[in-house]
Amino acid sequence: MSDLNKLTIAGARDALAKGEVSAVELTEACIGAIDASGALNAFVHDTPDLARDMAKAADARIKAGDAAPLTGIPVGVKDLFCVKGVPSQSASRILEGFLPQYESTVTRNLWDQGAVMLGKLNQDEFGMGSSTENSVYGATVNPWKLEDGVSRTAGGSSGGSAAAVAADLCLAATATDTGGSIRQPAAFTGTVGLRPTYGRVSRWGVIAYASSLDQAGPITKTVRDAAIMLGAMASVDPKDSTSADRPVPDYEAALTGDIRGKKIGIPREYRIEGLSDEIDGLWSRTAEMLKDAGAEIVDISLPHAKYALPAYYVIAPAEASSNLARYDGVRYGRRAKLGQGDGVVEMYEKTRAEGFGREVQRRVMIGTYVLSAGFYDAYYNRARKVRALIKRDFDQAYAGGIDAILAPTTPSAAFGLGTANKGDPVEMYLNDVFTVTLNLAGLPGISVPVGLDKQGLPLGMQLIGRPWDEAGLLNLAQALETAAGFTAKPAHWW
Amino acid sequence: MSITEDEARKVAHLARIAVDDADLPALAQELNGILHFMEQLNEVDVEGVEPMTGVEPMRLKRREDIVTDGEMQDLILKNAPDAREGFFAVPKVVE
Repeated sequence: MSDLNKLTIAGARDALAKGEVSAVELTEACIGAIDASGALNAFVHDTPDLARDMAKAADARIKAGDAAPLTGIPVGVKDLFCVKGVPSQSASRILEGFLPQYESTVTRNLWDQGAVMLGKLNQDEFGMGSSTENSVYGATVNPWKLEDGVSRTAGGSSGGSAAAVAADLCLAATATDTGGSIRQPAAFTGTVGLRPTYGRVSRWGVIAYASSLDQAGPITKTVRDAAIMLGAMASVDPKDSTSADRPVPDYEAALTGDIRGKKIGIPREYRIEGLSDEIDGLWSRTAEMLKDAGAEIVDISLPHAKYALPAYYVIAPAEASSNLARYDGVRYGRRAKLGQGDGVVEMYEKTRAEGFGREVQRRVMIGTYVLSAGFYDAYYNRARKVRALIKRDFDQAYAGGIDAILAPTTPSAAFGLGTANKGDPVEMYLNDVFTVTLNLAGLPGISVPVGLDKQGLPLGMQLIGRPWDEAGLLNLAQALETAAGFTAKPAHWW
Repeated sequence: MSITEDEARKVAHLARIAVDDADLPALAQELNGILHFMEQLNEVDVEGVEPMTGVEPMRLKRREDIVTDGEMQDLILKNAPDAREGFFAVPKVVE
């Protein structure tokens, strides 16, 4: 077999089970692809020795007849997952040199299944960004390049994960989604990105951004692979007090292909001003596809949708300012060089000024401001009340018998690097307009690639599911994937 | 509401981030832009709405009040920029 790195998880698993390929061969193919992918800047800490050891162990496990679904599958890990002894710095200068002395629950679950660790993937610093440009490692470049030669963003914050999967550097990758950070990069790279219900996947050992919104999930090549990855990543974890006490179902078994009678809501408030005809047309066509597969399309209303973005940009920075208070130059990471007579306050201020990038500083300061005396009620409490209303909108829609909601993932295809990061930070925030509502309500969502725009760049559509019904959501997503028949891959230029 | 240079200085200090005086006007302007964007929230009638704290209406998990972890001083100090004699070391705190 050639091009083993291009396999899906399901394909590789079957080939491994039949003995047609070994985990070592599969891993070597990925290591080779990673070594030749410097121009993408997706992998930022490679762990080839670890990968080879894990692959050998996986082959022994398969031989012994003790294989789990991910045994021998080489994966990439977003930088913010703590992996014992491997640099884990959430793409921040402030965590330079930090080597976790413990393992995140998600990666523990993957390694317990026998998955193979290829290395750490690029992202926006602490997950704050929509383009993977806010990274101490430099920007990730989208493998999708057109004849115009423009370097485009792979999205963010999980741009490294999305680029690596799209470019076949790994079979799948872990990612996290606080405001759209799994779904938007997946849409920009022609990959599948699944954000589970809040509490489905443990946050233990995941470097925090905004704790009430952060949730880990996979970026994969197919919906089936997303089902396999979620089954491996999810668990009930006593180490995370918000981890839900719900058994993890067999997601792959839920992929029946039968979506007859399912009710799909189209939220009229998502038809925002300035939405391109192209995205709008694609939205209608995908609704038709689901209808042809037997689903019923209904018009629904989410009246507070337009307030999701401003509410998010109060709540997320508030939580970030609290979470990121731990980076003080004392316990881990970087400490600034101090001048004569500098005390502990100067140490904090200098360390954080040189350790945090611009966007992180901005959000920490906004968060500090909205939580400060006199403004707490006007901003933070008001945003939390609006959040309650946004969640109520979804509760009412689902109470009306809706099974899922269909909407675009992003307002446009991938934009050029350096084009959206100048001047007004609010302009960049608008990228999250379709994704962020779901984070505030804690719901699961999945982005499925459904076509190319007229330039030839991939576009994704998003399905939003009922809480805890990732199984039903994945089944709908697979029906959409089958109907859309998206098979395009980026031309290899890197 | 809008942030003056003085307030920007105060916020930066509360956040423990050093900002040069020369950078304060630009910072204040940037923060004002973001706050202006947030002011859309004032259009929403939130009368009688409880602020949302969590996604699931679940009680925080309890466990038995026993030691489950510990005895790992060396691991905890391993990443410290300056650790001495089993402690984190910092510059002088009290004059």
